[in-house]
Amino acid sequence: MRYSGLRVIAQGLTGNKGWHPVWRNPDPRPEYDIIIIGGGGHGLATAHYLAKEHGLRNIAVLEKGYLGGGNVGRNTTIVRANYNLPGNSEFYSHSLKLWEGLEQDLNYNVMHSQRGIINLFHSDGQRDYAIRRANSMINQGDDAIILDPDGVRKMVPIIDFENVRFPVYGGLYHPRGGTARHDAVAWGFARAADSRGVDLIQNCEVTGIDIENGRVTGVQTSRGAIRAKKVGIVVAGRSSQVAAMASMRLPIESHVLQAFVTEGLKPIIDTVVTFGMGHFYISQSDKGGLVFGGDLDFYASYAARGNLPTAEHVVEAAMTLMPAIGKARMLRSWGGIMDMSPDGSPVIDRTHIEGLYLNCGWCYGGFKAVPGSGYAFAHLLAQDRPHESAARFRLDRFRTGAGLMDEEGKGSQHNLH
Amino acid sequence: MQVTCPQCGPRDSREFTYRGHALLCDRPAPEAGGAAWDEYLHNRENPAGWTEELWYHGPCATWLVAERNTETHAFRATRTAAERGK
Repeated sequence: MRYSGLRVIAQGLTGNKGWHPVWRNPDPRPEYDIIIIGGGGHGLATAHYLAKEHGLRNIAVLEKGYLGGGNVGRNTTIVRANYNLPGNSEFYSHSLKLWEGLEQDLNYNVMHSQRGIINLFHSDGQRDYAIRRANSMINQGDDAIILDPDGVRKMVPIIDFENVRFPVYGGLYHPRGGTARHDAVAWGFARAADSRGVDLIQNCEVTGIDIENGRVTGVQTSRGAIRAKKVGIVVAGRSSQVAAMASMRLPIESHVLQAFVTEGLKPIIDTVVTFGMGHFYISQSDKGGLVFGGDLDFYASYAARGNLPTAEHVVEAAMTLMPAIGKARMLRSWGGIMDMSPDGSPVIDRTHIEGLYLNCGWCYGGFKAVPGSGYAFAHLLAQDRPHESAARFRLDRFRTGAGLMDEEGKGSQHNLH
Repeated sequence: MQVTCPQCGPRDSREFTYRGHALLCDRPAPEAGGAAWDEYLHNRENPAGWTEELWYHGPCATWLVAERNTETHAFRATRTAAERGK
């Protein structure tokens, strides 16, 4: 069913009796051309673009829980293309362009809101870096504006501009950045993939990967064996466990990242703001809740919940930047499991096993990458060569040291990003 | 969350810094070759469940090796990195 304003009115006038489930719930068939392990944002986007861009139909997405039940429903929903380094820069630029046409492409309201994002800076050195990063963004064809303190004040009056310890020197403003409704992104891609014949198979946990003579032949699952010519692993948060089924050790360590939301408030922040002197980022959801997050807990974890020291650190940063936030009551906090790679950038690549492909290592940044990652991974799966936007996301860059993408300039080792 | 330091006993986790899997104690020889160093620096088993990790206790400057569960955050046993040995 195609969604439109007319459809809503027609349904409203006829008792809303014509709405149906938006995807099938099929049993797995014995064989597919391509199996995608992981029914999150990236896996569902991969399925959509495989069907739409490459005309492939005989595809299954295997999800151990329910569609979109992982990190795509646990993030802080920020969408942006404000990266500095080649590799990341062209990839996120491409992803943002896909975001901008996504609702028309999917015929689904993902509530993509280009409300802008402001990265604050608080020293001369930070301003120099912000200007350099802005130039990188402009050279990539994206938008960047350097705001002076008055420019920031006009847009985000809630900030404490009198803070003498961390004065606001200005901000790097990226007007095309913003937010999107995270669950709707998973649902929209799922609906679009299903409508083109992709089988979305839920409650189907992959328990083994079948490999014969160095070539993948299928997977073992909680719902039986399924043969496949090609298998794509897109399970950020659990990448190491699934890769271990193919006897691979990945350059990944899983960490928990916490997020927080306050009770619903009247509109007070109509953009996304990041603090430059502590890891803290905030936006306001359409329901009115202030959604914010900060650093990892900085220990390996699969617990999907964090500990108090990091929560304290995040809230201290919030109170430093915008003390008025102390009036709001925190509604809840939660954690998501991040695939942390040594250099802080992702992997979209083949493996040494023929027919087995890997998409992992999204660190903090997976949500905004959903369309770009799906597009590039579908290209790799369908054509056996990387899409130009993701050609630098190679798995071997850690071993060779060539092409590392360390945005923060911290080094290529675990626990630095 | 508390961590038991082999020197100081149970202490608040804020005093500790996580350094990574305990395989970091098993540094390859300089001439061990690229593959061995790649395994040491980058590749990880990254288990969901019990694992052995290297932590640092700032106040007493002790490197310790802890058995910890990555799904529950529970600590089981800690000893100094020297006791673990290479």
